[in-house]
Parts: sequence; C-alpha cells; structure tokens
Amino acid sequence: MLSIRNIDTFYGNIQALHNVSIEIAEGEIITLIGANGAGKTTTLMSVCGVVPPRTGEILFRNQPIHHLSPDKIVPLGICQVPEGRLIFPYMTVMENLDMGAYLRKDKNGIKHDLEYIFDLFPILAQRKTQAGGTLSGGEQQMLAMSRALMARPKLLLLDEPSLGLAPLIIKQIFEIIEKINAENNTTVFLVEQNANQALKVAHRGYVMENGHISLTDSAENLMKNEDVRRAYLGL
Amino acid sequence: MFGIKKSLLVSIWFMFLTFPLMVIRVDTIEKTVQWRWMNMVYVGVGAFLFSYVWRFLLERKAAGSAVDAPAATVKERFTQRILTDPKMYRPVIAIVLVGAVIFPLIMDTYQVNIMVTALIYVVLGLGLNIVVGLAGLLDLGYVAFYAVGAYAYALLNYHFGLGFWTVLPIGAGLGALFGIMLGFPVLRLRGDYLAIVTLGFGEIIRLVLENWNEFSFGPSGISNIPRPGFFGMAFDMHSATQYLYYLMVAMVLFTIFVVNRLQHSRIGRAWMALREDEIACQAMGIDRTKTKLTAFALGATWAGAVGVIFAAKTTFINPASFTFMESAIILSIVVLGGMGSIVGVMLAAFILVLLPEYLRAFSEYRMLIFGASMVLMMVFRPQGLISNIRKKDAYKRSSDA
Repeated sequence: MLSIRNIDTFYGNIQALHNVSIEIAEGEIITLIGANGAGKTTTLMSVCGVVPPRTGEILFRNQPIHHLSPDKIVPLGICQVPEGRLIFPYMTVMENLDMGAYLRKDKNGIKHDLEYIFDLFPILAQRKTQAGGTLSGGEQQMLAMSRALMARPKLLLLDEPSLGLAPLIIKQIFEIIEKINAENNTTVFLVEQNANQALKVAHRGYVMENGHISLTDSAENLMKNEDVRRAYLGL
Repeated sequence: MFGIKKSLLVSIWFMFLTFPLMVIRVDTIEKTVQWRWMNMVYVGVGAFLFSYVWRFLLERKAAGSAVDAPAATVKERFTQRILTDPKMYRPVIAIVLVGAVIFPLIMDTYQVNIMVTALIYVVLGLGLNIVVGLAGLLDLGYVAFYAVGAYAYALLNYHFGLGFWTVLPIGAGLGALFGIMLGFPVLRLRGDYLAIVTLGFGEIIRLVLENWNEFSFGPSGISNIPRPGFFGMAFDMHSATQYLYYLMVAMVLFTIFVVNRLQHSRIGRAWMALREDEIACQAMGIDRTKTKLTAFALGATWAGAVGVIFAAKTTFINPASFTFMESAIILSIVVLGGMGSIVGVMLAAFILVLLPEYLRAFSEYRMLIFGASMVLMMVFRPQGLISNIRKKDAYKRSSDA
C-alpha cells in the first residue's frame, strides 16, 4: 500500500534520514521503533509531505506522492495524528471532529462516522461541547485520533500516541488501535518509543538508528531479538 | 493593611520621582527658586489613592475568578444573551438601525463627519479582524492597503477622470492584489517575524508614496478629489456629508454580512484552525498556502474599498494619513474589541475614534489616556470587550440537546 524507497530527508544541511526504505501492505499494523532523534518522526513527516524527501521516492498505491504538498496527500487517504497530540485547543470537541471531516462532503457518512467514534470513545461524547484544551492528556490523544479517523483514512499515521500518558490509558489507546485496524481494515503506521507496547499490537516492525533502518522483522521475532530486547525493551 | 502599606510606599516613591518637576520651579529671569510643596501633597495623595484602587481591583479580579465563579457565569450569560438570543438582540438592532438612519438628520455636519470617520474605522477593524482575529496572522502594515485604495481613487481620477463608483471595486480589487503580494513572501513566516515583515511592508508603501514624486506627487499629496456622485446630482457641503454617511452605513452593513458569512463558512473554519495549530491544520488536509493568501486578500479588500471612500471624504490625501500610527490604531481596535468578535470590534472602533474627538480639550493627553486604557484593558480584560461568542454558542446548543 505504501512503499518508501531509499529516501534521504534533510533539515537544511543536516541529513536526518539515510536511505530509508519501508514497505507497508494493506491492512497491516507496522511499527517503527527507535531512540530519541533516530528519525522516526521525520519519516512520518516525509510521508505526509510536511518535510519532503530530497531523494528517493514514496509510492502510495503505486502512485508517487513524494513531490505532493500535504493538502494533496491527505485527500488520497493518508491521515496523520501529529506528535504531542496538537488538537485545536480553543475549539470544542465537536468542532475538532468537524475539522477532521474538513475534506469530506458526504453528510450521512460524516454522521455515521461520528457515531462510530462516540462508540469507540464514549468519553468524547460526554465532552462534546468542551473546549479541546480543557481535556486531559489521554482524552486529547483520543480526540486527536478521532479527528484523524473522521477523515476516513486508508492509512493512519500515528506519531507517539503513548507520549506522556498513564500506563492504563496507553493500554486503552493501543487496544483501540488494534480495533480500528481490525474493524475498518485501516492500515496503521505506528511510530513509537514505547517499543514493548508497539510490538505487541504490530504485525511487523522496523528499528531505526541514527537515520538508518537497522533491522526489520515480524513483531514476534523482534520481541525475541537479543539486541532489540537489550536496547529498546530494557530486558 | 498590607495594601495600605504598599500604597504608601508607592506614593512616597512617586513624590520622590516627581519632585524635580512638580516641586522646584526655577525662574530664570528673576533668578529665584519657587518651592511648590502643595504639588507634592497632591501627587502623594493621588498616587496613594490610585495605587490602592488598582490593588483592590486586582485582588477583586483574582478573587472573582476563584470564589465567585457562579456569579461570574451568570453575568456572562446575561451579556451573552443579549448577543445570542433573538428576543433580546432584535430590538437592540432595530434601535441602533433607526438611530443610524436619523442620526445625520438631527446632527450638524461636524458630528456626521466624525461619525463617517468612525464608520470607516469600523470597516477597517472588521477587515483586519479577518487577518488577525480569525486567521491569527499579526499584520502591522494594514494601513498600506488603505493607502492603496485611497491613492487608486486619487490617481485614477486625476489621470483618467474615473468616477467614485467605478473606482470603488477597482480599489477593493487592488487592495486584494496587494494583499496577495504581501501574502506570498510571508507564507513561511509566523508570529514576530510576520509582524516585522508586515510592518516593513506598510512602511515601504508609505515611503514610496512620499518619495516617488512623479507618481504620487510626494508629500504634497493630491487635492480636489471629487466626492461621490449620485446620478449627477450636485450636493452642498452638508448633504454631501449626509450622503457619504449613508454610504458608509451601507458599507458597514455589507461588511458585517460578509464577514459573518465568512466566519461560519468552510474557509472561516480553516482560518480558525490555522490560528490554533498550523501542523494539525496541515494534517487535516487544509491547504495552508491558499488559506493564508485568502485571509490576506480578503482582509485587504476592505481596506482598499474603504480607502477609496476615505479619499472621497477628505477630498485631499497625502502620505501623512497612512503612517504606522494608523495601523496601530486599527490593530488596537481589533485587540480591544476582542479577536474575532464582530460586535466587539465595532464597539472598540467607536470608542477609539469617537473618544479622542470628543476629548479634544484634552488632546495633549490623548496618547497618555490611550496608553493607560490599553494597559488597563490588558490587565482586566485580556480577551477584549466582547470575546468571540462562537465558542459559547456551541456550548449553549448542546445544553438544549
């Protein structure tokens, strides 16, 4: 579905990604794990066009997207949940969700998806009229994910959904990621530092070090891999 | 008790500070020194009272937000109700409209003239409100577009004899064009940097107008600009002003209508999303470039149109009318009124334009009062006179459902 082929991405003169290649098939949950500053977020930013790669190519359903701007990429069905949640703090929960459906015009579909989201996150239904900034961290993460789902993406890019959340909430969030994947056949590309949780839900994983992909395997094998266990799982 | 002690210290400090100015007076002709001790007492008492009241209000504000929260919400609801409940705002609107219609018939030319100026600032405020209030792009050079409109009319009339009604849309269009021209280079900028570039843009336009003599006649300006016509009728001074007044009222109504529609449209939502978070906005698939450019262009359109009316009103323009001071006043109108709130911006425009006119007697202290009221405003009501009610509108709807 998405194939990233040998991309190099730069911030000014500084090269953040070196020859990164990732393949994602339809319906998969793929995780990209790695330490701080390894280039995980940059990879996502390259996919959604915020920081386009300088060389290499990115294909989405066999169509090159690496030269498109973000507003051309989102309508193709790629939606990002940015790191640190980044909801609209002064808009209500409803308005935030409306913003997610910004590109859609099918009123009935939007209504249906709203109901689906309120089933998925009942807490958001209670907080419908509250300003986004007044929600707790976990609720904000749920809102950010729901907002992305409102765009009805084929590929959902999640950037550190566990950032700064309590373990119980993290568990809940990851359960929902699995649920979204299973129920809607939404492909999920999950960037995480919390390697333990991420590998539990993912089908396959990539390990990133200093801008290179150093290892790739099925999630089960990565969990068993000695180096990964030592470096990222703290075992 | 603590407050009194602090205030006493403040008053002593002020007596000390103002001592050389207020107490000692050297008469250089008679070579005597006058000691005016009474002045010191006045300063002391004044500073003490002011400081005490200031402290008291601050404390009350702090306590009000903590303890009297329910009381505050009830009060909020009342002001909200006037703005949102049709039963309450319809009569208010009717009264204001009737007042606006009969105003020039019962007032003299001077009053009507001032009111036209105030209405011009209302439109300018509403225009800038699109850029600053809705899209969150701090624009310090807004007056440049106003100048573009005014000079468009003056020059097109001078060279080609084009009339007011022809130039009005041209001026608006030129304003939009210049808005896009400014928009392109600043697409990547945010916050402080954006403010600096727009400030520079405003100054560039003014300096060009001031120094390019062949084009704009430099500082001497352009005079004998015709007033707007009405099917070739000739007006005397008073009825011309009246006519201009009604024209401005229509313009304000049109602006309110359009801005209100824009605010609740898709593009309005995109502006607000852009204001709140740029990255999240991109993640939603909103075209950042288009959104920013439309904000600049649509904001500048109003300045261009109203610039034409301004030139027609004063019949004489020169670059001195388009200094940074004007931009600052328009921005103050938006901030004072409450970002994104149409009623607030209108109220603030009237206050900021009419107050200085009626306070002519104190014209020396005008800037002082202006500054002091700005500081007070920011301390006690940072969200503006009337904060944007859109959000609370949504709160209400849900409590019904």
